[in-house]
Amino acid sequence: MRALIEFYNSSVGKKLIVGLTGFFLIAYLIIHLFGNLLLFRSDGGAAFDIYAELLPQVVVIRIIEVVLFLIFIFHIITAAYTWLLNKQARGSAYELQKKGETSALTSRTMLLSGSIVYIFLVLHMRQFWYVSRYEAGEHFSMYEVVRATLAEPVYSILYIIAMFLLGFHLKHGFQSAFQTFGLRDKKYASLIEWVGVIFWLLIPIGFASMPIYFLLNF
Amino acid sequence: MNFKLKIWRQYDRNSKGKFAVYNVTDISPDMSFLEMLDAVNRNLAKKSEDVIAFDHDCREGICGSCGLYIDGRAHGPQRGVTTCELRMRHFKDGGTIIVEPWHSKAFPVIKDLVVDRTAFERIIQAGGYISVDTGSAPEASSLPVPKANAEEAMDAAACIGCGACVAACKNSSAMLFMSAKVSQLALLPQGDPERKRRVQKMVETMDREGFGLCSNTYACEQECPKKISVSHIARMNREFIRAKLF
Ligand code: FES
Repeated sequence: MRALIEFYNSSVGKKLIVGLTGFFLIAYLIIHLFGNLLLFRSDGGAAFDIYAELLPQVVVIRIIEVVLFLIFIFHIITAAYTWLLNKQARGSAYELQKKGETSALTSRTMLLSGSIVYIFLVLHMRQFWYVSRYEAGEHFSMYEVVRATLAEPVYSILYIIAMFLLGFHLKHGFQSAFQTFGLRDKKYASLIEWVGVIFWLLIPIGFASMPIYFLLNF
Repeated sequence: MNFKLKIWRQYDRNSKGKFAVYNVTDISPDMSFLEMLDAVNRNLAKKSEDVIAFDHDCREGICGSCGLYIDGRAHGPQRGVTTCELRMRHFKDGGTIIVEPWHSKAFPVIKDLVVDRTAFERIIQAGGYISVDTGSAPEASSLPVPKANAEEAMDAAACIGCGACVAACKNSSAMLFMSAKVSQLALLPQGDPERKRRVQKMVETMDREGFGLCSNTYACEQECPKKISVSHIARMNREFIRAKLF
């Protein structure tokens, strides 16, 4: 236990926690995306409704939910804490600092992109997760809720913007985690870059395709 | 060439500094940045004014003393050079140049453009060495080192400890500096017996000195005058995880 606390207290340890928790979160994104693809079946949402109804009845899912929530909180708190420590480490600001010439914008705005995604997520949970769990009555159709919400241009556009920022966050986050794990060797750097495309480009596009679909179709 | 210089002046550690403006004329494009500052200082001395303090020693890019934050970049706009190697031809004639000391909590300003970099010494003292008695130079082939390892260790050993990595990093992190030493010794058989202790002690000291946490922006690699790769940071992370958890 003491070793773990010591590990967390070290700079490298904290970064590792951010990376590891981030990895769990993106693993969940994949599962979430595949489940949601049922929305695209042309059966009027029948399959999606069954899926949405079954999901909360599986005990493992309930456990995963709690774990995921804890991991998410841990990710945010640790990341925000390191941001704070880093602010202190600089001391006074430079009169002129051309950060853009030496590093990527995505790498310098992780707290911002992450915060916006977080705000979106709270709304997202309220709109879907909360409704399906606590406001579902007789003849409840999750598909109907999703369709109605995403047909609303304000929400759809918000969703698309949030997915853009998620991609922005993962563009840096994915490869950065490998660097922190000590696995981003020169040999693998370009491979990691390529696999990263799945996460920062394809997955956000996959999610964004849903609001676009409902916005244009109905 | 003529320039307008905006230079940070600060009397000592405890006083509040501010920018002062100096106009310099007749600067040769082949002059180094430090030679240009010498010219400014000569003029100040003639007028019996306090000359601008800046660190320098070898003036050939090997000692690491001369770190200045020039126009928003560590060691100025060129890649892979120290301030003493930077030539004035890389600046726009008639333009303004902003010159600042490194900004980092761990590198307090002593005077004008000179900062206290002894935090680096303490990181090295914590473990950046080999304490086994090596005796006189042994027969070369008695301790085989793969060529690739030797090359990489040599690249890491090129670090001159100038502090540009810390100065350029948005988090003021010393990871590139510290990891270069850890990586260099981890690649060589001589470093092996103390590898666990070394990395833990060095990380611990780095944290205690008030450097920030690396967020992998890789600005350090871009600004390092010796172009030390961030792959050494990855290796150091690996060493640390191994030392702590396994
Ligand atoms: S004076 Fe020695 S590196 Fe510049």
